[in-house]
Amino acid sequence: MTHEMILAGFGGQGVMVMGQLLTYAGMLEGAHVSWIPSYGPEMRGGTANCSVIISQEPIGSPIVTEATAVVAMNLPSFEKFESSLSSGGILVLNSSLIDRQSKRDDIRTYNVPANEIANSLGDARMANMVALGALNAALGYIVGTSQIMEAFKKIFAKKPGIVAPNELAILAGAKHVIG
Amino acid sequence: MSETRLMKGNEAIGEAAIIAGCRYYFGYPITPQTELMEYMAKRMPQIKGVFLQAESEIAAINMVYGAAGAGARVMTSSSSPGISLKAEGISYCAGAELPCVIVNIMRGGPGLGSIQPAQADYFQATKGGGHGDYRNIVLAPNSVQEMADLTILSFDLADKYRNPVMLLGDGALGQMMEPVNLEEKSLVPQKKPWAANGLGERTKPNVINSLYLKPEQLEAHNIHLQNKYQNILKQECRWEELSVEDAELIVVAYGITSRIARSAIEMAKRDGLKVGLFRPISLWPFPSERLLTLAKQTRAFLVTELSAGQMIEDVRLATGQMKPVHFYGRMGGMMPSSREIYNQINLIMREKEAVK
Repeated sequence: MTHEMILAGFGGQGVMVMGQLLTYAGMLEGAHVSWIPSYGPEMRGGTANCSVIISQEPIGSPIVTEATAVVAMNLPSFEKFESSLSSGGILVLNSSLIDRQSKRDDIRTYNVPANEIANSLGDARMANMVALGALNAALGYIVGTSQIMEAFKKIFAKKPGIVAPNELAILAGAKHVIG
Repeated sequence: MSETRLMKGNEAIGEAAIIAGCRYYFGYPITPQTELMEYMAKRMPQIKGVFLQAESEIAAINMVYGAAGAGARVMTSSSSPGISLKAEGISYCAGAELPCVIVNIMRGGPGLGSIQPAQADYFQATKGGGHGDYRNIVLAPNSVQEMADLTILSFDLADKYRNPVMLLGDGALGQMMEPVNLEEKSLVPQKKPWAANGLGERTKPNVINSLYLKPEQLEAHNIHLQNKYQNILKQECRWEELSVEDAELIVVAYGITSRIARSAIEMAKRDGLKVGLFRPISLWPFPSERLLTLAKQTRAFLVTELSAGQMIEDVRLATGQMKPVHFYGRMGGMMPSSREIYNQINLIMREKEAVK
């Protein structure tokens, strides 16, 4: 199974680190993984996105064009990448900022009020972690939450204080999807 | 002990260079290779190395000339337009036989072009770039792990042959993160008795120079260089192949494109098509002999590049008129999907079927 994912939002929403955590966790699981940012000239407040691949096979192009999953953290990302999803794919929408629904009936959509959930946990900046938890759960846990947290501790080694609240955010995102 | 880390290709080159004993880095920022420079800016002071942001690419390559002449392991890096600026200095390094490593993380051209991945500097890298009869050894990694491994090899080959080595990557390889294993031991570079680093025990000063005013002397120097290149050609061809033995079509691709081609080949194989992959790792010396052998047993080649078709000329030179050589390329920073290459494979195989 090859998971080809696009994670998108506006600059500052933490989509790059969301992708890196997922990639790192996949690596810890022993899978083939790749992460690549869109590094084109982007306007301030515009969209930022990264491609993440987690696969049992060696990875060809790291740039995802036919995605098995898309996370859209804001409306421009939804509009840009909804069509990149292949049939049967998974769309995680940050319904806190996207008031539209996908018109596609060949995909599974999860509306996750990531900002509201993060806010209720005490920090809106954790909306990306809520979305990450939701995505991972929607995909049937392609990586373990404990692997994500191990990756988190590596990447944020200098900020041990933020580990626990972010874990709660990931779990809350997953819970929203699983119910 | 080595640990698996998740690194960008650009960063992996930096750490591998340090492992290889590189303690001097001179550069000038340009997307999409700047992370390498940033990495060196952070790491070099920690290991008492020298990181210097020069005032231009031209200054940086001439600092490389100086450090290499003094016997140091030294590196510079840039992306396409910046490499053009370095071309004169690279020719000087080749003429003075200075071992150094030059990294080119290619972007779309010509001119300022774009900042997206491309492979349009193949001619420049393998056929010269600067003036005069010279050759760079050119190595083309296709993963972050190889970015690291081939960087270390680049330093070794540069020293072994007293020759500039170019590591040729592209924006995608530079920007992408993948797992990489780095040996934590530091290599000790070999002694360089020719280096201009003080008289020491010697009685005659070493001179680093590429100027020969007497044509007889310059011709003799050129003959010496050409003999060296012939030796490199014999010793240092590197490539990887996949399912070529019974392949009716062999896809030839290097760097990032070889990975996309590989995915396309897997798709074709699931359809029962006999398709293989030939991936040159050393672009110069180009593995012509092996390709000629393969030309005798396959029915056709498909060369795919992020350019209008540059390596295809070397494939044609290697295989002569023996078998058709097809081409598929994207330009300007566009990347083909594996499905695009798969479609090309199908097209060629169907034509083959028709003439059978």
